[in-house]
Amino acid sequence: MPDETPEPSDAEAPAAGDAPAPAEAEPEPEPEPEPDPRHVELLARLDATLGDAVIEHADALGNLVVRIRNDAWGRFAEVAKSDLECDYLSFVSGIDWAPAPKEGGDDGGSDTSSPVQPTEMTFGAAGSGGRFQVFAHVQSTTKLWGLTVKVDVDEADPAVASWVSVYPGADWHERETWEMYGVRFDGHPSLRHLYLPAEFEGHPLRKDFPLLARVVKPWPGLVDVEAMPEEASASEPTSAEDATEEPAAVTEGGGA
Amino acid sequence: MSTTETPAGVPSFELDRNALRHLADAQINVELDTGDMILNLGPQHPATHGTLRLVVRLDGERVLAADPVIGYMHRGYEKLTEVRTYPQITTLINRIDWLSSFANEVPFINAAEKLMGIEAPPRATYIRTILTELSRISTFILFLGEMGLQVGALTPAFYGFRDREHVLNLIEGATGGRFHPNFNRIGGLKDDLPWGWVSETRSVMKMMLDSCDQFEDLVAGNEIFHARTKGIGVIPGDIGTAYGVSGSNIRASGVDWDLRRDGEPYLAYPDLDFKVWTHADGDSFARYWVRLQETRESVRMVLQLLDGLPSGPVMAKVPRIIKVPEGEAWVETENPLGQMGYYVVSKGATGPFRCKIRSASFSNVSILPWLLRGVYVPDVVTILASLYFILGDIDR
Repeated sequence: MPDETPEPSDAEAPAAGDAPAPAEAEPEPEPEPEPDPRHVELLARLDATLGDAVIEHADALGNLVVRIRNDAWGRFAEVAKSDLECDYLSFVSGIDWAPAPKEGGDDGGSDTSSPVQPTEMTFGAAGSGGRFQVFAHVQSTTKLWGLTVKVDVDEADPAVASWVSVYPGADWHERETWEMYGVRFDGHPSLRHLYLPAEFEGHPLRKDFPLLARVVKPWPGLVDVEAMPEEASASEPTSAEDATEEPAAVTEGGGA
Repeated sequence: MSTTETPAGVPSFELDRNALRHLADAQINVELDTGDMILNLGPQHPATHGTLRLVVRLDGERVLAADPVIGYMHRGYEKLTEVRTYPQITTLINRIDWLSSFANEVPFINAAEKLMGIEAPPRATYIRTILTELSRISTFILFLGEMGLQVGALTPAFYGFRDREHVLNLIEGATGGRFHPNFNRIGGLKDDLPWGWVSETRSVMKMMLDSCDQFEDLVAGNEIFHARTKGIGVIPGDIGTAYGVSGSNIRASGVDWDLRRDGEPYLAYPDLDFKVWTHADGDSFARYWVRLQETRESVRMVLQLLDGLPSGPVMAKVPRIIKVPEGEAWVETENPLGQMGYYVVSKGATGPFRCKIRSASFSNVSILPWLLRGVYVPDVVTILASLYFILGDIDR
């Protein structure tokens, strides 16, 4: 195993299946209380089969998230089904990490009550190499474990291998991801629209695709921008940051 | 083979399907020599439970290929969640699987609570569990009746609707809504149970057990029903899981997997004593039978929950403006139709940055092109009915 594979810090993972790996791995900084033994086992099996194709892994509130190299995506499905014993495919989908356009911003005309997301691009668990990611969740009905796997896809030409030959259920999920994010799945038998009409253009779940309903017709909530009388008086502070703001809680956003 | 016996004195009505199949083949191929025919089932068709369209290619009465066309009810919920706040989203997700709306709310609220590190008080957890199981009972009771309709028996459907109404009344009594309760809040529930609700629930649960017995006699014990469902639409366990088929459908294929028992512990299920029913056959009848047993099991669970219902508040302390810290959470629950999951990505705002909705019916129906190959047209209808899907749960 040529390996910069992150092993969940060797002190906590003594019996992780195969011997050679853990010693020379660079130290994982996070001092997690104690890793889930199922995660340790899954990572050990992944390490034995995929080696350095696993870029990063994280524990997202009890759910194991691994990020693998794009060229290992097709192989991952085979490994998941045989070596990880994950016989069950839960879903395949995508994420667009681009910052959300500011709804109800200066030019207005839209919903001021919608959440304001951060304006810089940040990535979630196990990181990302760019704007688009495909992620999937596979599970085992016998071992009762599961993991989420993410893969970076190129922004200009998003593409990744198809899982249909391993998990036939990936068919519809991949069609949906293709239609919603424009990610091509190489090897998919018939990549065509699933939900939307065949002549639909654009990829609706991309962050730069406007929510047309809000563009065509302003959000009705916008009409009542004034705070209700009892709302103005009931301005008891609820959490530390909110206490400083004006009482019109409806228009209060997250960022800025 | 099956777990129910033919009553004494009634001659066995098992058809030799293989023999019939050969007979039909011979007639179609040699005598009639039919060409292929494309038949559109739906999008508006009484047998499709909504706007599911099936394009089937037929050779005589046999289906050569089936292609489900979905999206007639696509409402873009995953996009809509990105412009709404967490409390607003429960209103949306009520309408995914509209027969068991309360059960839809639970995983999403759980995901938000998990990210915020909030735990609902024990009483709220118990009431949530009771209402989730009541949704399951109401969903399944309707199925137990409606499945009869799909094989040509009109009466059970009326019984299904009639008996379900008692459970809906309970849900309405507690939450104010028959179908869309919107009763969950992050950190607990909107209200406590009304006075007299617990004793009323006990008596309704007794009625539901009677109702199950009735369906067992009327439908599951009927020879014609057996002939139409046994050996029809067989899903082998390994193929089902690879397609992502979940819930009662996969348990009817012998896969002993129920997230209430096997998933991450959620709601009050760890406190309960219940049995997970499976059936080895994987056919339409097995799916009916498993749901029948699960309805009874849910009744038993509700009675246990009512006995152990703790006192106390139904709402934890939460900030007035819900802001969810940055992070990712995956929460899956065993809904009446199968595995329902939400993958919520938060960036610290009042609404999610991305919310992937994994709904059960979507994957359950995706097996249709495989499953319908080679079956007869009338069996298409019973197979569709036995998979038991909700269009809102497919299209989201």
